[in-house]
Amino acid sequence: MYVAVKGGEKAIENAHKLMGEERRGDPSVPELGVDQILQQMRLAVDRVMCEGALYDPPLAALAIKQAAGDLVEAIFLLRAYRTTLPRLYASRPVDTTTMHVRRRVSATFKDIPGGQLLGPTFDYTHRLLDFSLAAESQSSIAVATESEPEGPMSRVMDLLGDEGLIEIPTPNDQQHVSDITHDPISFPVKRDARLQSLARGDEGFLLALGYSSQRGFGNNHPFAGEIRMGEVAVSIVPDELGFEVEIGDITVSECEMVTSFKGNKEELPRFTSGYGLSFGYNERKVMAMSIVDRSLQARELGEDVSAPCQDEEFVLYHSDNVEAQGFVQHLKLPHYVDFQADLVMLRSMREEIMKQDTHREKSGEEVA
Amino acid sequence: MTYQEDLMPGKSDATDNDAGYNYGYLNEQTKRMIRRAILKAVAIPGYQVPFAGREMPMPYGWGTGGIQLSACLLGPNDVFKVIDQGADDTTNAVSIRKFFARVTGVETTEKTGEATVIQTRHRIPEAPLQEDQIMVYQVPIPEPLRWVEPRESETRKMHALEEYGVMHVQLYEDIARHGRIATNFMYPVKVDGRYIMCPSPIPKFDNPKLDMSPALHLFGAGREKRIYAVPPYTDVKSLDFEDHPFQVESWDACCGLCGARDSYLDEVILNDEGERMFVCSDTDYCSSRRAQGNFGPMAGREDVAELMGESPQTA
Repeated sequence: MYVAVKGGEKAIENAHKLMGEERRGDPSVPELGVDQILQQMRLAVDRVMCEGALYDPPLAALAIKQAAGDLVEAIFLLRAYRTTLPRLYASRPVDTTTMHVRRRVSATFKDIPGGQLLGPTFDYTHRLLDFSLAAESQSSIAVATESEPEGPMSRVMDLLGDEGLIEIPTPNDQQHVSDITHDPISFPVKRDARLQSLARGDEGFLLALGYSSQRGFGNNHPFAGEIRMGEVAVSIVPDELGFEVEIGDITVSECEMVTSFKGNKEELPRFTSGYGLSFGYNERKVMAMSIVDRSLQARELGEDVSAPCQDEEFVLYHSDNVEAQGFVQHLKLPHYVDFQADLVMLRSMREEIMKQDTHREKSGEEVA
Repeated sequence: MTYQEDLMPGKSDATDNDAGYNYGYLNEQTKRMIRRAILKAVAIPGYQVPFAGREMPMPYGWGTGGIQLSACLLGPNDVFKVIDQGADDTTNAVSIRKFFARVTGVETTEKTGEATVIQTRHRIPEAPLQEDQIMVYQVPIPEPLRWVEPRESETRKMHALEEYGVMHVQLYEDIARHGRIATNFMYPVKVDGRYIMCPSPIPKFDNPKLDMSPALHLFGAGREKRIYAVPPYTDVKSLDFEDHPFQVESWDACCGLCGARDSYLDEVILNDEGERMFVCSDTDYCSSRRAQGNFGPMAGREDVAELMGESPQTA
């Protein structure tokens, strides 16, 4: 018998129980600990923190466990938790030149002050499955020895900026900074709100958009000026103290793309740039983000807005995967009232047309 | 401090899962922000007020706009009803009702007449609404001009300049192509002679219920971050032409369970032979009619007992 799509509380409860069982898998296999996810699936944790827009590694790891490894679901869990948290302070701007750098690469210069530092990366691994990892435990892991650089490390962009080859925005503490979580986005969007949107935007979506611009849909010739990853200090200025206090270190990835130059006879030519920043180690994300950030500057730079990646309304309204996954998946909720409305009309339209056809056939016979 | 305690500071008492959440889930600052948006919406009938919609613990598309409105409206003396497709027992309606029972402790009901706040998806109850009632609609796409113009920057201008000709062109194209207006739900209305408004995806059957309604109607679009309203006793006119007046759908059949001919009917396919029946989409309306002794032609059949709400839900 056909069962109407109605479900009581019992059905919902059972669904939750079944999902719990699915998540746990075979009970004879030891349960995955949150600390194991935190330690051994760090890149997943970083992505969830970045798109979940909350720097809290243990909670991100918990979300991954609860979501059974579905990262978009984990991002949603973290975002829903984030929204309940009180906003105590806005931090001081983070200074990435003071970063404790663990990785730093520039594709624009052979050598740079402070040097290149490969750090942990998949870049030059041969993608061969390592069957030794399938073994239950590994006795020892060779510890990499790489001398870590000391002291502040200037950005490649600043070096270009000193020469006037690229425009470096001047810091302005007086200017109001938008907050996309407190004010809904409206168009045209300023760059601060745009970067905030991109920072929590879906990695896959930004990757595809960045890629599309490389293939010619809004081309802007990107060069990876600098990519760096490491720890930076976060500071706040408590009202009652009036001076800066460090509250902790966070891991961030940063990417600055040097892109096609502009200028003419009147204006000295200079490069343009795109920026990407994320919580944790998310290199692919920040590279894609910096390309898209540059593409979205088309309006301000007086370029034609013709490709999807240059269209801020298209990009920013569709980059949030918490919004996108919800609206796509809501189609599985019942829609039978609206469907019925279409059904009633379609049937009556067909009836009308068929009636006309029979009428026409009849009158046709009479003429013959 | 163990790792687990570190994760959940101050929540060692496992039985009290909600201790960290405010009454109505949202914090008071957020509620104030949303209430301001509601006031503005009531002051400018049909105008879409942008608000800083929050992520809710349900996905976008599951009614987060309506849920945020309800979270700001419900108080200890309210009686709350939730329907989805007109029914109190559809999965998502059950889930939302349970959520508010949990985060506010509000009294819930299935009776339209008893409720002070009714959150709905896709329907307006059949029973006439009263002055002290608030309808809360879950809205997916608040912009009635969206299918004519995908850009928000453009549609806001069109509303500001009352540039609505294009809507009538769209309806005219329907007539040219199909001989009639072929929009059956989300049928655009003009509110108080000014703003064109999307009544959410209710069937056009429900549009007339908005006109001069004694209740307050609030519309919340969570993902699109818009709130709009139809205040009590406001003129709400469905767009049409003199020679193609607005019409609502009708059925040849009556409700198989309660025999109603004046309610919106859902079609239910009963078996693989394609046998069908029509039932009221408004479950409260249907069961009230049956309680008053009205029965439809299928009411006695055993295979529809579940639709009558007579067997435990196991679906």
